[in-house]
Amino acid sequence: MDWPTIMWWVFAAVTLIPALMIVLSKDIVRLAFWLLASLSGIAGLYVLLGADFLGFAQILVYIGGIMVLILFGIMMTNRDAVLMRRGENTGGTTVVGLLIASVSALGLLKVISDTKWKEVPPVDMPATTSPIGEALLTDYVLPFELVSILLLVVLCGAAYIARRRAEEN
Amino acid sequence: MMTPYTLVDWVLGDGAGWIARFIGAVLVWAVPITGFVSFVGLLSIWLERKISAHIQCRLGPMEVGYHGALQTVADGVKLLAKEDLVPADADRFLFAFAPILAFAGTVVGFAVVPFGPGLIVADLDIGIFYLAAVGSLEAIGVIAAGWASNNKWSLFGSVRAATQVVSYEIPMGLAFVTIAALAGTLSMSGIVDQQQGWIANWFLFRNPFTWIAFIIYYIAALAECKRAPFDLPEAESELVSGFHTEYSGMRFAIFFLAEYAQMYVVSAVAVVLFLGGWYSGIAPLDAAVGTGVAGKLVGAGIIVTKSFLLVCVQMWLRWTLPRIRLDQMLYLCMKILMPFGMLTLVGSTMWEYYFPTPEIAKVGGGWTGNTVMTGVVVAIIGTLSLIVYVRSVIRSTPSLRAASNP
Repeated sequence: MDWPTIMWWVFAAVTLIPALMIVLSKDIVRLAFWLLASLSGIAGLYVLLGADFLGFAQILVYIGGIMVLILFGIMMTNRDAVLMRRGENTGGTTVVGLLIASVSALGLLKVISDTKWKEVPPVDMPATTSPIGEALLTDYVLPFELVSILLLVVLCGAAYIARRRAEEN
Repeated sequence: MMTPYTLVDWVLGDGAGWIARFIGAVLVWAVPITGFVSFVGLLSIWLERKISAHIQCRLGPMEVGYHGALQTVADGVKLLAKEDLVPADADRFLFAFAPILAFAGTVVGFAVVPFGPGLIVADLDIGIFYLAAVGSLEAIGVIAAGWASNNKWSLFGSVRAATQVVSYEIPMGLAFVTIAALAGTLSMSGIVDQQQGWIANWFLFRNPFTWIAFIIYYIAALAECKRAPFDLPEAESELVSGFHTEYSGMRFAIFFLAEYAQMYVVSAVAVVLFLGGWYSGIAPLDAAVGTGVAGKLVGAGIIVTKSFLLVCVQMWLRWTLPRIRLDQMLYLCMKILMPFGMLTLVGSTMWEYYFPTPEIAKVGGGWTGNTVMTGVVVAIIGTLSLIVYVRSVIRSTPSLRAASNP
């Protein structure tokens, strides 16, 4: 195995094992930290594909922003409330779950084996940051601005709704 | 993607295989960087004790070594020998993992902190963006610590840390973008290379707005390091010790090492972005030492000295200013630093558009008309703020107020 393949397996493991733990874990805060590991694995895969800007944007947005907000939200809720308890695990749910999982796994495996994957020899990736910046400020400046305005509207709306609730209570 | 401008390449030369490069990179991490972090920790803790003592008219540690220089080593041995307690109902896994995450989140920042021309672990194309991204990992460690401790004071510390992260990140990002727009690159060594020559070429003096960007960055950096006046997650007088109340022994020491390492990282970034990086600001001196081994050593000396001066300023502020409240922190970050950050970004790019920096200044020329204009604007702002300050002093001092309005 060459160097990128080894790293690919490492990052795939860092993404998938925590993803499995998210499903199996019962503590919601643990679960948030497994999500953190899984998201950083995805960032690693991006970097491995030569998309270094995208990889660190993933870390900045998901780990620095969204994960902090998720943890903030969880800590504001009660520690040993409903969140800590998941549904009772009876025999029936296990059987149904296994059935659904195996059917979807078989379908996915069929699709993966039938697809003709295009193999590309590894190349040295060019720098991505300045092309992204140029594209955003030239060819895609209108969509970029529209998305910014949409986000601003969403932000104002969220602040307005939160404030109304607080006043009514 | 291979960048040829890093420490590993300098040692190994061109054409080394990936196994050699990988082992080289691991060794670079393991030996000099971790060693430097420990050195930063030892020196900063001693400096903090001496500076705080002298600010409070005390002597500080005097017994162990020359003026207490070995006090930190003695304390380190004491912390190693202490019992490592875990509270009864704590989340043991997260409790053990949190200090590691906080420390690792800080030390990965050293990957793009340069120590001289070519002395950098990885000169990433996305240098500042990388720092902005990994900067929040340490906060996640702090949040994990406060949650895992199963202690109300610790949890309060965590919630405050989370609030603080989402507040300071935006003004800090705006300060980064201001400099990135001027430099036209995100790479750390690319930014430093544009500040060679005389001191006037430093980004701090490039136009009147970069001054504001520097101040915004420095305030946000204080918040990132959780240093007073932003030590809300710790807040000894309110929350016992905040997020690390339940930590003892080496785990507590690792949190402290992470804090001091982060103080160095943010100061080194301030030096790289605003204060000329490894250049001394005296053009003939930099030209004389060149970029050979002598140049690398002198450059490393210059950048480490500048960074430690900024670390000392952080300590000076810590022992001078009282802690601000949480709502004041939110007000400062969201309503003062953020609008000023936007003003800085627009103003700085507009200034560059109307009064472009001449090429001769970019490659290391001397004082330019642009610098003179910057000096004039800074002098006007300085004089105005001095007048405002003197007026406020006169108003708040009864005897002076009486003398000025009889």
